[in-house]
Amino acid sequence: MAVVQRGAQKDVQKDVQKDRSMVLQKEMIEQHFARLERAPDTGEPVVYTFVPGNMTELIRSFGALPVLPEINALQSGMRKQSADYIAEAERSGHSEDVCTYVKCDLGMLKAGNIGPSGTRLPKPDLLLLSYTGCYTFMKWFELLREEYDCPTVLFHVPYQGDGAMEPQQREYMLRQLRDEVIPALEKATGKKYDEDKLREALTLSARSEDDLVAVLHSAKRRPSPIDGYFGAVYYVGPIFSAFRGTPEGVEYYRALREEVEARVAAGLGPITPEGSLDDQKYRLVIEGPPNWTHFRDFWKMFADEKAVVVASTYSKVGGTYDFGFRHNPADPLGTLADYCSGCYTNLNLPSRVEMLATYVREYQADGFLINSVKSCNSFSAGQLMMLREVERRTGVPGAFIESDLVDPRYFSAANIKNRLESYFQMLDARRAGSVA
Amino acid sequence: MVTRAEIVDWARALYEDLDFAAVKGWLADHPGRKAVGYLPVYVPREILQASSMLPVGIHGGGDRLEIIKGDAFYQSYICHLPRSVVELAQTGRLDMLSAVLFPSTCDVIRNLSGMWKLLYPDIYVRYIDVPQVMGATTGGAFWEGELRRLSKDLGEVSGQPAGDEAIRTAIALYNDTRRWVRALYAARLDAPWNVPTEELYLLMRAGEVVPAELFIERVREYLAAVEAEPGRPRDNSRVIVVGAFCEQPPLGLIKTIERAGCYIVDDDFLLGNRFLTADVSTKGDPTRALADAFIGNGLRTSVLYEPDPRGKRRLMKERATAAEADGIIFAAASFCDPALLDQPMLRAGAEEAAIPCIAFKYSENSGQFQQFREQAGTFSDSIKLWGRA
Repeated sequence: MAVVQRGAQKDVQKDVQKDRSMVLQKEMIEQHFARLERAPDTGEPVVYTFVPGNMTELIRSFGALPVLPEINALQSGMRKQSADYIAEAERSGHSEDVCTYVKCDLGMLKAGNIGPSGTRLPKPDLLLLSYTGCYTFMKWFELLREEYDCPTVLFHVPYQGDGAMEPQQREYMLRQLRDEVIPALEKATGKKYDEDKLREALTLSARSEDDLVAVLHSAKRRPSPIDGYFGAVYYVGPIFSAFRGTPEGVEYYRALREEVEARVAAGLGPITPEGSLDDQKYRLVIEGPPNWTHFRDFWKMFADEKAVVVASTYSKVGGTYDFGFRHNPADPLGTLADYCSGCYTNLNLPSRVEMLATYVREYQADGFLINSVKSCNSFSAGQLMMLREVERRTGVPGAFIESDLVDPRYFSAANIKNRLESYFQMLDARRAGSVA
Repeated sequence: MVTRAEIVDWARALYEDLDFAAVKGWLADHPGRKAVGYLPVYVPREILQASSMLPVGIHGGGDRLEIIKGDAFYQSYICHLPRSVVELAQTGRLDMLSAVLFPSTCDVIRNLSGMWKLLYPDIYVRYIDVPQVMGATTGGAFWEGELRRLSKDLGEVSGQPAGDEAIRTAIALYNDTRRWVRALYAARLDAPWNVPTEELYLLMRAGEVVPAELFIERVREYLAAVEAEPGRPRDNSRVIVVGAFCEQPPLGLIKTIERAGCYIVDDDFLLGNRFLTADVSTKGDPTRALADAFIGNGLRTSVLYEPDPRGKRRLMKERATAAEADGIIFAAASFCDPALLDQPMLRAGAEEAAIPCIAFKYSENSGQFQQFREQAGTFSDSIKLWGRA
C-alpha cells in the first residue's frame, strides 16, 4: 500500500508517493539517529564501521550502536549538503582527486557533525575498520582516527583475486576476529563477547535476507514490481546499515516482501518519482553506484522513458544474498568472515562480469548500463572493459555514463540525459530490426 | 675500471627500452627459463627468483609511450600508469611474461589483475594481497600461506618448483641486493652532489629488468666510480620527495627538481626494492622467514595500514631527521589514492614539525616541467633564505 507524504527535500515541492515500507524505514532510521544523539548521555557505546563488510550483529551483540559514514555521506548528498562539506575538506588540504564520500564525511565533521537527520552524531568509542573491497576505507579511518583520537581496530578482508576465498584467507579473518576485533569491542564497550547473543542476531539476519532476496528476485517478473536500483537502494538500507540481525529489521523486510507480493498480485510496477511504473518499456541492469546529489532527477530520467531497472550490482555492496549467501548462526564467526569476503567490491572483475551477465540473462534485460562514478576506483577501474565483456557474453548492448557519488560538480544532467535518450533509441532500433 | 658515464648509459638504455630487450635477451640465453612481471609496489621477489624465473618490474611507459589502446580501458579520472601498462601489453611488448603479479597497492592495480585475467587467460595472474594486520598468528600466518601458494603456483608455471634451499639462496641474493641499494642511498644521503638522483634512479630502474646479480655488480661499479669521480657540492637544499611510490615521475621531473636547486636525499621511488628494511633470515624455514620479515618490518608507507595513531604525523619528521632534509616535496601522481589520501596527514605532521613543504601532482607522461621548476626553485630559495635551522 502506498501512502502520500510531503517531500522532505527543499527542492521537492510536490507530493510524492511512498510505500509503507519506506515510511517504516524512515521511522527506524530517525529513531536510530535519535538514539545516537542521546548516546553520550545514555552511555550506549558507538562503533563506526563501513557498509561492505559491516558486522552489525557483532557490534550490536556488545550493545553498541553502529554508524556508517558512507550512509551519512550519501544522505548528505541527497539533502544537497555535500557540496559545502566537500569544499570544506578541500580547503583543508584534501585533493580534488580523491573519494568524495571521505571529503563529505570530513567536511560534515568539521561543520559540527550534524548528521543527515539533523541530529548530532556522537564520537565513536571504536572505529571498526572493516577493510573490505575498498582501499580508501583504510585511509578514511586513519583520517577519522586523527579527528576523534579514539581506538581503531582493523579487520582486513582479503580480496577474492582468484574468484574464491582460500583457506588461509578465511583463517586469517577468523584469527583477526578472535584476536583483534572481539577484544577491541570488549574493551570499547566494557562487555564480554556473548556468542549466544550473536547467534540470535544471525538467525534474525537470515530471515531478513530471505525476504530481501524474495523482493530482489521479484524483478524477474513482467512487469517488475520493483526497481532493482533506485528502489533497491532503499530496500537494502536497513540490512546494509544498523538493522541487520534486529527484530525491527525482520519486521521491515517482512512488510516489504508483503508489499511487493501485493504489487505482483495486482500486476503493478514500482513506485517511482513519477508514480507507479506499470507500463515498462525497457528492462535494464545497472552496474555502479547511483549519483546521490541528483538522485531523484536521475531516477526520473529512467522513469520518463519507461525504463525499469531489474537488477543492479550496487545493491550488493553490502552482501550478495541473491546468490545464496545467508548468515549462519551455527558458525557465527565463520559466517561473518564469509559474508565480508563475498561483498560485491571484494569480488574480482571476472566474477563481477559473470554476475552482470547472469543478471542480464536471468532477468531478461534489454540492456545494461554502467554509471561510472569518479570517486570510487574500487567500482570504476575496469568498468570499460566490463562493458565490452558483458556485451560479448550476452549479446545485449551496454551503455556508459559518468557522474559522481556526492559531488554535484560531476553530475551533468544534460549529458546524461542525452546519452540515455540515445541509448534508448538504439534499443528501439534493435527491437525494430529484430522484428523486421 | 668502468666509468660512471658508462654505467649510467647502460642503465639509461634499459630505462628507455620499452621493448624489454634485456628480458628477451635473458630468456634467449636461458632456454627453458621464464620471466614473471610485477607491478608496484611490493612483491616477494625471493619467491620469483627461487622459482627459477626472472623478476621483471612493470612501471608503465612513462613519457616515452604514446597511448593509443590503453585509453580505451580507462576513464579520464583514473591515474595514468594502468593505461600505459595496458598499452605495453596490447602492443605485444609484454608477451615474454609467463606470469604477472599485481600487488595490493590500490584498487586500480587490484582491478587490473582482474582485467589481466580476462585479457590474457593463458598467463598466470595473481593479486598479491599483503597482510595489513601484523600479528604473527594473524598477518604472519596469512602471509606465509600466501607465499607458499605463490611459490607452488610459480613452480608450476616455471616447471621448477622452489625448494627450501632455492628460497634460502634467493633470500641471500636479495639481502645482498637490498644492502647495495642501501649503500647507494647512503652514498646519496652523505654527498648528494656525488650521486645525483637522476643517476640513482636510472640504476634502480635498470635493476627492475636485469638479474639481481648483474644489478649488484653495476651498483658496486657505480659506487667505485663515484669515489673515483666525485662531484662538486652546490648550495642546494636537501629535500625528500614523498608520494611517488607507484606511478613513477618522468625522469625529466626528477632532473627538474635537482636542477632547480634541490638535492633529493630521500624518496619513495621504486619502493619495492627496499620494502624490507632489514635482512631476512637464511636460517630455518625460509618461507616462514620471509613472512616474519614482512611482519616485523618497520617500513611505513601509504600502501600499508598505519597502526600507530600518531604514526602518520611523526613520519615526516622522522624521515627529515634521518635524511638531514631541509624540506619535503609531496609529489603524487594525479588520482593516486594512496598518496593523495595520506598527504593531508603527512603534511600536517611536517607542518607541526616546522618542516617546509610544497606539493604538486604529476603524471608519468608529464611533458612540461616549467611549473615544477618554478615551484621547486622557489621552494629551494625560500629554504635557503628562511627555512634552515
